[in-house]
Amino acid sequence: MMTSTLDSRKLFNLNWKRILFWGGICALSQVFICLVGLPSELNRRILIESTLSLGYLFILWIPLVFGYIVSKMVELEGIENPKPGASDLLAGALTGLLGSLGLVLVMLGIENIDMRDPLINWNPKLFRLLTFENSITFGSLVWISVGVVLGTVGSSLHQISGQMRKMFSYSIFGLFTFAVLEDVIDDLSEGFRLEWLSDLIYAKKGGMTVTSTIVLAVLLALLPLITRGKLKATVTRYRSDVTPGAQRRNSVMLFSIIAVLVIVLPWFLGGIINELLANVGLFLLLALGLNIVVGLAGLLDLGYVAFFAVGGYTTAVFTSPNSPWFSPETHFGISLLVVVVMAILAGLLIGAPVIRMRGDYLAIVTLGFGEIIRLLFLSDWLKPYLGGSQGITNIPPIDLGPWEVRGADPRSVFYMVLAFCVLAIYVSWRLQGSRLGRAWMAIREDESVAEVMGINTVNSKLMAFVVGAVLASFSGAVLAAKVGSVFPKSFEILVSIIILVVVIVGGMGSITGVMVGSLVLIGILGGPRQPGLLQEFQNYKLLIYGALLVFMMLKRPEGLVPTARRTRELHQEEYLQDAWLGDEETEESKEVEEKL
Amino acid sequence: MSLLEIHNLQVTFGGLDALSDLDFSIEEGEIVSVIGPNGAGKTTFFNTISGMIPPTSGEIIFNGESVLGLDPNQITEMGIARTFQNVRLFPNMTVLENVMVSQHCRTSQLIIGALFQTKAFKQEEKEIRERSEEILGFFGTRLVGYRLDQPAFALSYANRRRLEIARAMATQPRLLLLDEPVAGMNPIETAELTGLISRLRDEWGFTIVIIEHDMKVVRDVSDRVVVLDHGVPIAQGNYDEVSTNPDVIEAYLGRPVEAKS
Repeated sequence: MMTSTLDSRKLFNLNWKRILFWGGICALSQVFICLVGLPSELNRRILIESTLSLGYLFILWIPLVFGYIVSKMVELEGIENPKPGASDLLAGALTGLLGSLGLVLVMLGIENIDMRDPLINWNPKLFRLLTFENSITFGSLVWISVGVVLGTVGSSLHQISGQMRKMFSYSIFGLFTFAVLEDVIDDLSEGFRLEWLSDLIYAKKGGMTVTSTIVLAVLLALLPLITRGKLKATVTRYRSDVTPGAQRRNSVMLFSIIAVLVIVLPWFLGGIINELLANVGLFLLLALGLNIVVGLAGLLDLGYVAFFAVGGYTTAVFTSPNSPWFSPETHFGISLLVVVVMAILAGLLIGAPVIRMRGDYLAIVTLGFGEIIRLLFLSDWLKPYLGGSQGITNIPPIDLGPWEVRGADPRSVFYMVLAFCVLAIYVSWRLQGSRLGRAWMAIREDESVAEVMGINTVNSKLMAFVVGAVLASFSGAVLAAKVGSVFPKSFEILVSIIILVVVIVGGMGSITGVMVGSLVLIGILGGPRQPGLLQEFQNYKLLIYGALLVFMMLKRPEGLVPTARRTRELHQEEYLQDAWLGDEETEESKEVEEKL
Repeated sequence: MSLLEIHNLQVTFGGLDALSDLDFSIEEGEIVSVIGPNGAGKTTFFNTISGMIPPTSGEIIFNGESVLGLDPNQITEMGIARTFQNVRLFPNMTVLENVMVSQHCRTSQLIIGALFQTKAFKQEEKEIRERSEEILGFFGTRLVGYRLDQPAFALSYANRRRLEIARAMATQPRLLLLDEPVAGMNPIETAELTGLISRLRDEWGFTIVIIEHDMKVVRDVSDRVVVLDHGVPIAQGNYDEVSTNPDVIEAYLGRPVEAKS
C-alpha cells in the first residue's frame, strides 16, 4: 500500500535527528565490521556463485536493518500513528546513504593514511574488496547506491502488507540458510541418498548457482501462501488445550516425537553433523549441571570447568595405559564410579571454603579456583602423576559389549552423551520440585531470610555444588574417551564462560531453555575448541558470543526459553498490571468499605 | 523453668550499646509485648534471639539450652520463628511455596528420595502440602484458592504481612517473634489480626513476643509489656502499670520542661 502522495512539504518532513543518529550507528557498524576483518576473512566463502560472498553479506545486511529501524514507529495502545509514507522511505534511504559514507571514509582512509599498526585489517586487501578492485569513485558510487537501495527496501518493509513482509522474510532467511549451510545440506542429502538435490542447488566450486537462487527465492516466498498460518494455528491449538488430560497427552506425544527423532536421526546424518551433535551433547550436559548451580541455587560459579577437568583426568588416569604414575587400566564403567567419587570430593573441597561467600565474591573466588585446578594439572609438581602439559594420551574407547564408543565414530559418542543428558535432565527435573529444590529457590531469593526460616544454607548450597560437579564430571569422562587424550589446555577458563553464556542465553533455570541454548550456541557457533555449523565464524566466535549476550541482556534478559517464574521475576510490573486488571485488589477494598 | 531466659544481654555496635543489661524471661503460653521509641533496640533484640546478630555478652537460654553461637537455622529448628518488620518474603516464590519451604527444618528428604520418588518422599511432600494449606487456611480465604499459586510480590501489603506470619508458623515453633505485625494495615485489618494473634496462642499453642507501636494492639493482646529505651529495659508489667509509669511516659514524650531547669 504505497502512498504516492509526493507532497514535497510532507516528503521533507523528516526527523533529522533520528536519521542522523541511526545513520551514524549504521556507518559505525559497517566500519566496525570491516575493521574487525569479517569481510576480508569471509570473502572466500561464496554464497551465490560469482555474485555474493559471505564477506559482502556482512556489510550488506546493515543498511537493510537500519533502514527498517529508522522508520519503525513506537506503537502505543490507543494512539494511532500517522500512516507511513514516502518520507519514511526517504528516511530509510538517507540512513543507508549515511551508512555507506562510513565505507567511503574507510576507503579514503586506507589510501591516504597507514594505520596498519593498530588496525591489522586497515590494509589493501580490504581496500580492494571495498572498491571491487576498481577506483575509489567506482566503489563509492556502488556502495552509496547499494546503501540507498537497501535502506529504502528496509524502510519499505513497514509499508507492505503483512503477507508480503512474511514472503520477503521467508525468502531472505531461507536463502541465507541454504547458502550458509551448504556443507550441512550436502551432508544431509548424502545421508538420505539425495545427492542430485544438492548438485542441483550448489555450484561445483561452492555457492549456490544463480538459477537455483532465483528459483528457491520464489519457492520460499510462496511458502507462507501455502501454509497460510496453519502451523501457527496448530501451535495455538496445542497450547490452548488446557484440560489436564489433554495437556498430558500432548506432552507425551511431543516428547515421544522428539525422542524418536533424536534416536533415529543420527543414522541419516553424516559424520560432520553427528560430531556436532556429540559436542552439543557434551556441552548440554555441562550446561545442565551449571543450570542447577546457577539457575536453581543462584550460585554464580565461574570455575565450573574444574569439575569437567576432574572427570576428564580421572577417566584418563584410570583407563589409559599411558598414565605416568598410576595406571590400573580399568574399564570405563569402573572408572566412572571413581569419577563420581572424585567429583563429589572436588565439589566438597572447592565448595566448602567458598560456600559462605555470596554473590560477586563467590564468582571471583570460584573463578580463581577454576584456574588453580587447571594450573595444578599443568604444573611441574604434578607432572610425574598427571603428565603436565603433555597431558595423558591413549585413553581407550568405551567398551560396551557389542558396541564401542570412540571418537572416530561420533554417532556412538552422541548416544553415550545422550544417555547422560537424559539422566541430567531427569535429575534437574526431580530436584527442582523437591524439598531441596525449594530450599535452593529460597536461597536464591534471600539467603539471610532462608537461613532464619530454618534452611541449612551451607548444606543446601554444598549439595547444589556437588550435583553440578557430578554432572560436569560425566561430561569430562565422555570427552576424555571421545578425544582419547586430556590436556590442561582443554580445560581453560573459556569453557566455564561459554557454558555460563549457554545457560544465560537459553534461560536460567529452564531445562528446555538450556537445551535450546546449547543447540543454538554450541551447535551453530561452536564451543571453545569445537567447530559449529558455521565453521566460517571460527575466528569471530567470541565476538558473536559477546554481541549475542549483550543483545539478549537488553532485549530478552530472561533467555530464549525462560521459565514462567523467571519471566515473572524480570517483568514484575507487567505481571502486577495484569493481576490488577484481573480484579486483584477490588474485592478486598470492597470488603473494607462494607465494614466501614 | 521459663521458655526463654535472657541474662545480662548486651549488644554493642562500635561504641553504641544497642542493648544493655537485658534480663528477662518468658513463660510458656505468654504473649509479651516489647515496646519503646524508635531506635530503642527492639528489632536488635529479635535479631539477637534469632541468631542474626551475635551478642557481645550475656546469655540466651531457650527451653533449657543456650542458643549462643548457633546458626539462625539451628535456632529455628529449636523452635524460635520470627517475622520481619520490613516484610521479607521470597517474592518470586508462590504463596504456597513460601510456606512449604519454611518446613525445611521439620522435614528430611534429600536427593535420593527425590530421584527415586520413594514412598517416604511422596508421603512427606503430601504432608508438607497439606500442612501448608492448613496454615494458610488460618487466615480465612485471603491466602488460599487462586492465591496459592500467585507469586508473593503480587500480594497486597496486608496479605504479605499475613503470609509472613504463615511462613513463621510453618517452621512449627514454640516461640513466635512478631516484628510489628500490623504496621501499615488499616484499622479493620489491624482489628482482625489482633484477634488472630490471640488465637495463635490459644489454638496453636505458640508463645508470642510481639514488637508493636500500635498501643491498642498492645493493650488487647499482651499479658505483659516490656519497655525498652536506648537498649535498656525501663519498665515491665501489665499494660495498665506500664502505661502509667512516669519513666515510660518520659521515654515517649520527653521530660517536662520545668523539670529540666
